[in-house]
Amino acid sequence: MKNNQTFHIAAHGDREIQVTRVFDAPRRLVFEAYTRPELIKKWLLGPDGWSMPICEVDLRPGGKYRYVWKSDSDGQEMGMGGIYREVSPPERIVVTEIFDEAWYPGEAVDTIVLTEQHGETTLTQTILYNSRETRDAVLKSPMQTGMAASYNRLEKFLPSLVQEAKSA
Amino acid sequence: MELSGDIQNPDDLDATFAALADPTRRAILARLALGEASVMDLAEPFAMTQPAISKHLKVLERAGLISRGQDAQRRPRRLQAAPLRSASQWLERYREFWEKQFRRLDALLVDLRKNDLRKNDLRKNDLQKNDLQKSDLQKNDLQANQARTKRSRRKQRNKSVQRFKKT
Repeated sequence: MKNNQTFHIAAHGDREIQVTRVFDAPRRLVFEAYTRPELIKKWLLGPDGWSMPICEVDLRPGGKYRYVWKSDSDGQEMGMGGIYREVSPPERIVVTEIFDEAWYPGEAVDTIVLTEQHGETTLTQTILYNSRETRDAVLKSPMQTGMAASYNRLEKFLPSLVQEAKSA
Repeated sequence: MELSGDIQNPDDLDATFAALADPTRRAILARLALGEASVMDLAEPFAMTQPAISKHLKVLERAGLISRGQDAQRRPRRLQAAPLRSASQWLERYREFWEKQFRRLDALLVDLRKNDLRKNDLRKNDLQKNDLQKSDLQKNDLQANQARTKRSRRKQRNKSVQRFKKT
């Protein structure tokens, strides 16, 4: 297994964030890991110390999905869900995303594209937000310190993060 | 225009991210990282007019990412790294969040590939068994055919013997 996988993340255009990553596996398996609940639960967990008690997937255009994460330490929950717009195994998924406790406004549209070469899969994931401000706010959000960042909390958090940047 | 680099309020970060979200501007910054340059120098590698490059430079200046030199004639641009450092800190947090998940996915994919190989081995074994069975069946068919042929020939012979006996 390679240790230094190619990983890029960047603001893209006006309203998007783009993530690219190479995986040492055929895309059929990456697609399964992205779409089968028993597999999703094993990796889509955010920071350490969270589990995924609810993971439901109805994988078809118009089908819904629902994820709920729970913190091991304080039982805090965070839910998210959306609707599939396109499902083309093993190469493409287009799906919407809204958090229960909306920490960014509006709905995001997530496009996942998988391409395979020499047994390796390149993931290109593009998340489209409803505005540039929203996209920038997402990039600045304290995802590392706790996934449940509601918009209110984000506003309170920013001054302390500015302080951090100042002292860095 | 120089930025103190100490304080980065949210609006400044917005400007920084907006500035970085364009490949031409990123390329300009990369060039300036190597040393100051005039507008002409910066425009050169792009199929772009100087006014178009100047527009990009204004965005970068507003974000405090570049400054203008004092040389009245050439006004070379210089890279100001401090805003980039702050922006990259933010981006770094976001990156780490994603990378943690992807490392978990790497580990899961290792397991899935192992299972896949095991299934393939089992399938290969089954296929080999099938092939053996097929050739067994073929042999059986051949033998059955041969036996049938023998029997029908015997029948015919017996019939003709009987006819002979009758007469």
